[in-house]
Amino acid sequence: MPWLSILIAVPVLGSVGVALLPKGADKLAKQLTLAVSLIVLGLTIAMAVQFSPGSTDRFQFAETYRWIPSFGVHFGVGVDGIALVLIALSAVLVPIVVLASWHDADAPTAKRSVKAYFSLLLLLEAMMVGVFAATDVFLFYVFFEAMLIPMYFMIGSYGGAQRSYAAVKFLLYSLFGGLLMLVAVIALYVIADKGTFMFPELIGAITDPATQKWLFLGFFIAFAIKAPLWPFHTWLPDAAAQAPAGAAVLLVGVLDKVGTYGMLRFCLELFPDASKFFTPLVLVLSVVGIVYGAIVAIGQTDMKRLIAYTSISHFGFIAMGVFAMTANAASGATLYMVNHGFSTGALFLIAGFLIYRRGSHHIQDYGGVQKVAPVLAGTFLVAGLSGLALPGLSTFVSEFMVLIGTYERYVVPAIIATSGVVLAAIYILWMYQRVANGPTAEKVQGMRDLDSREKWVIVPLLALIVALGFFPKPILDVINPAVDKTLANVSVTEFKPAVPAVAEPKGAGE
Amino acid sequence: MNDIAAPTIEYGQLAPMLLVFGAAVLGVLVEAFAPRYLRRSIHIPLTLAALVGSFALVLVQVFVSGVPTSPAAMGAVAVDGPTLFLWGVIAALAFVSVLLINDEDNFVAQAAAVPGSADEEDAEIAGFSQTEVYPLVLFAVGGMLLFTASNDLLIMFVALEVMSLPLYLLCGLARRRRLLSQEAAVKYFLLGAFSSAFFLFGMAMVYGFAGSVGLSDINAALPNVGGQEPLLVLGTALLGVGLLFKIGAAPFQAWKPDVYQGAPTPITALMASGTLVAAFGALLRVFWVALGNFDWDWRPVMWGVAILTMVAGAILAITQTDIKRMLAYSSIAHAGFLLTGVIATGAAEQNRDALSGILFYLLVYGITTVGAFAIVTMVRDAGGEAGHLSRWAGLGKRSPMLAGVFAFFLLAFAGIPLTSGFFGKYAVFSAAVAGGVLPLVLVGVVSSAIAAFFYVRVIVLMFFSDPAADGPTVVGPSVGTASVVAVAAAATVVLGVFPEPMLDLADKAASALFVR
Repeated sequence: MPWLSILIAVPVLGSVGVALLPKGADKLAKQLTLAVSLIVLGLTIAMAVQFSPGSTDRFQFAETYRWIPSFGVHFGVGVDGIALVLIALSAVLVPIVVLASWHDADAPTAKRSVKAYFSLLLLLEAMMVGVFAATDVFLFYVFFEAMLIPMYFMIGSYGGAQRSYAAVKFLLYSLFGGLLMLVAVIALYVIADKGTFMFPELIGAITDPATQKWLFLGFFIAFAIKAPLWPFHTWLPDAAAQAPAGAAVLLVGVLDKVGTYGMLRFCLELFPDASKFFTPLVLVLSVVGIVYGAIVAIGQTDMKRLIAYTSISHFGFIAMGVFAMTANAASGATLYMVNHGFSTGALFLIAGFLIYRRGSHHIQDYGGVQKVAPVLAGTFLVAGLSGLALPGLSTFVSEFMVLIGTYERYVVPAIIATSGVVLAAIYILWMYQRVANGPTAEKVQGMRDLDSREKWVIVPLLALIVALGFFPKPILDVINPAVDKTLANVSVTEFKPAVPAVAEPKGAGE
Repeated sequence: MNDIAAPTIEYGQLAPMLLVFGAAVLGVLVEAFAPRYLRRSIHIPLTLAALVGSFALVLVQVFVSGVPTSPAAMGAVAVDGPTLFLWGVIAALAFVSVLLINDEDNFVAQAAAVPGSADEEDAEIAGFSQTEVYPLVLFAVGGMLLFTASNDLLIMFVALEVMSLPLYLLCGLARRRRLLSQEAAVKYFLLGAFSSAFFLFGMAMVYGFAGSVGLSDINAALPNVGGQEPLLVLGTALLGVGLLFKIGAAPFQAWKPDVYQGAPTPITALMASGTLVAAFGALLRVFWVALGNFDWDWRPVMWGVAILTMVAGAILAITQTDIKRMLAYSSIAHAGFLLTGVIATGAAEQNRDALSGILFYLLVYGITTVGAFAIVTMVRDAGGEAGHLSRWAGLGKRSPMLAGVFAFFLLAFAGIPLTSGFFGKYAVFSAAVAGGVLPLVLVGVVSSAIAAFFYVRVIVLMFFSDPAADGPTVVGPSVGTASVVAVAAAATVVLGVFPEPMLDLADKAASALFVR
C-alpha cells in the first residue's frame, strides 16, 4: 500500500474539498477538516504500527516514481525512524490545532473566510508530510519552499495587528534561504553528475572538500534560517507572535523542525567532511542561541514572543545535538524535535486560550488567573514545566540526552548550554507567576475556565508529554537505528568514548 | 556571362510566417473595402484563424514533414528546432493576446482625434473603433516570427522593423489616458529608432569584417579574417545594443516601464510576451550562431549586462507604485535571468541544455505574463484601469477568485515551486551552473529574493489590507478575457506540477541547436 502517497494525497483532497464547500458552510468546513485530519492521524498510526525499526532498509514504505526525467527528479518518498516520528508529530498536532482554531478564523475582529483557513491548514499538512517523507532532494526542496505559501497566508490573513509585516518578513527570510539552497541543490546535481536527485544515491557523491564546504553552506544557511538559529532568528518572534495560535503551533512545532531535520538528514550525510569542518561554528551559534534566546525570553512582555524566544533557545539545543555527532546527542536532538513540538504546541495553544479570553497578549495584563480558571492555569503550568524540561516530562529526556551526548565530545559547549536550563526556569516560572499568581487582575475576573473542546485540545498533548517523559522507549527505539545509520554515513562512530558516559541513557527519564 | 540563378524559396517551411503576413495584407484590404460596421466582425475571425493556422502549420512541420536541417530561402531564414518551438510559442501567445485585444474599451475610438477634443467625443458617440489594430497586430506577429528565424543580419533588421513599427503605433492607441499612451508611443518610437540605427550600424561593421551578412558566413569568417578585429568588436557591441534594447536589458531598459504603462494593456501583454520571445530568439542566433566562436570577447560584457539587468530590474521594481510599471521592471529582471542562460555556452551538450532551458522559460514566462496583464485589464475604476497599486488594496476580499489567480501568477513570477515559473527558473539556472557561471546564478537568486519582495507586496495589498471605500470595480470579464486568464492559470499550474512533456519538447527542439 503506498502509505506515504496516501498520507500526502488525503489532506490535499481534503483541502480542495473544504475550499469547494459553499459559502457560509463554516461549521461543515471545520468538521470536514477535523475529520480529514483524524483520518490522516489514523493512517499515520496504521503505518507506524507496520514500521519495523530493525529493518536494514534505509527507508521504509519507499515509493519512487519518475516525475521529471529531464532533471533527474523523482517523486521519491520513504521514511526512516527520524522522518516517521516527525510525520507522526505533524499528524498529531494538526487535529489538535484544528480543534483549537475552531473560533480563530471567525473571530469578530477578522472577517475572513473560514473555509480558506482550514483549507490552507490541510494543504500545509500535506506539505509537512511530504517534506519529511521526501527521499529526493529536489522533491524535498519543492515541499520546503511550497509550504511557505499556506503558512504565509495563514499568518497574513488571520494573524494579529502586525500580521502583514510578520508574514512578509517570514516569507522573505525563508525564501532567501531557500534560494541559496536552490543554488546548492543545482550544484549538487551538476557536480555529483549522477543524473538523479535521489538522496541515497547522492550520499558520498561529493568528495572534494572545498565543494562540500560551499554546498554545505548553501543548505545550512537555509536550514539555519528555517530552524532558526541565532543570528538568523529575528523573523520567528514576529511571525509566531502575529500568527493565530494554531498556525503558530504548526510554524514553531513542525515547520521549523524542517530546518533541524534538514541539518541532520542532508547536511550531515551529504557533506560529512564539511559538517565536521563547520561543527565548531555551528556549536558556537547553537550555544549563543541557547543563552541568548533564554535571556531575551526573560525580558519579553508579550506572551507569544516569549514562547517564540524560548523556542530559539531550544533550537540551539537541537542543533547542538545534531552537530555533536554522537549517538546520544543525535537521538536526543531528534527526540527533542518531537517533544518540543508537543510542549511548545501546548504552550502556544494555552497562551492562545488566555489571549482569546482576555484580548491581550501582554503578560502584565494578567494576574491571578489561577483563582478564576484553575484548570487553565494548571495546564499552563504543566506545559510551562515541560518547556523548562522538568524531570518526569518528556522534554527532560531529550534535553538530558543532548547535553550528555554533547559532553561526550564537546565539554565546554555542553557546560555553557546547561545554563540554558537554569534560565529556562526563570522565563517560564516568572511568566507563570505573573500570569497565574498574585492578585486577580480586574479584567481577568470572570474568566471562563477551559470548556470541553479546549480540554480535548490540551489533554492529549499533556498526556503525551507526561507519558513520553516516563517512557520514551517506544520512540527512541524507532529513532535510534535511524540515527545510527545517519552517523554511520558521517563515519563518526569511531569517536565513541572509551567509557560510556551513562550506563543506560535511554531510560534516563524513568 | 554570369548566370544569375533564380532563388529557391522553401514555401512549405515558411508557411506559418507567410500565412500571418498574408492575413495581415488581407486585413489591410478589409480596412480599405469593407464597410465600417462589418470590419470588426471580419477581422476577428481572420486574425484568430491566421494565428491558429500558423500554429497548426508549425505542428505539421514538426510532426509530419520533419524539422528541416538546412536554412531556407537561400540561407536567409533558418527554420530549425528552436525556430519552430518559438514560432509555436509566439503564435499561441499572440492568439491569447488577440483575445484580449478583442475586448471592448481598450482602444481609442479615433486615433487622429486630439485627446479631449470635440472630435474625440463625436467619434466615441458614433461608436467608431480603430479596427486597424488587427492587421497591425498581425504584421507585428509576422515580424516576430521572422525575427526569430532570420539567419541573415539584413533579414533580421527587416524583421525588427516589421515587428516594431506596428507596435509603435499600437502603443499610442489606448482609449484612456491618451496623452500618456501617445507619450509612450513617441518614446518607444524614438528609442526604438535609435536602437535600430545601432543595429544597422553594427551590421555594417560586421559586414566590413566578414564581407557578408549571413550569420554562418560571419561565423566562418571569424578565424579567417585577420587585422579587422576593431570592426568586429564594434559591430558586435552595436548589434548587441540593438538586440539588448529589444529585450529590455539594462542599461537599455528605460523604455520598458514607460511603454508598458502607457500602451493599451492588451498590447502590453503582446509586447511583454511575444516581443520578448522573438527578441531572445534573435539574440541567441546572433550571439550563438554568428558570434559563437567570439564568445571570449562578448561574454564579459554580457556578464555585466546580465548582472545589471537582474539587479536593476529587481531593485527598481520595489519602488514602483503602478502595477504595469512593476510588471515592466519584473520583465526586465526576468530578461536578466534569461541572459544567464545565454551566457552559459560550452560544448554542444551544454548549449543544448541552456537552449532548452531558455525555450522553456520563454514559454512559461510568456503565458503567465499574458495572464497577469489580462487580470490588469479587469480591475477598473472611473478613469479606466486602476493602475495605481494602492487601488488594489483589499481586492482579495472583494473578488477573491481574481485576486487569488493574480497572486498565483505573482508567485509564479517569483519562482515558487509547484508553479511553472519555478521550473523555468530552475531549467535556466541549472544550465547556467553546469555552464560554469555560478556567480551569475548567485546574483540571480539574490535578485529573485529581492524580486519576491515586490511580488509579495502586491499579495499583501490584495489580501491583507482593508479595501478602500471607493475601490475599483472588477468588471465581469468577457468570454475572451476570462478564457485567457483560465488558459494562463491552467498552464501555470500544469507546467508547474507536470512540466515533463513540455521540457521534453523544448529539449527536442534544442537538440540539434541552430542550423547554420
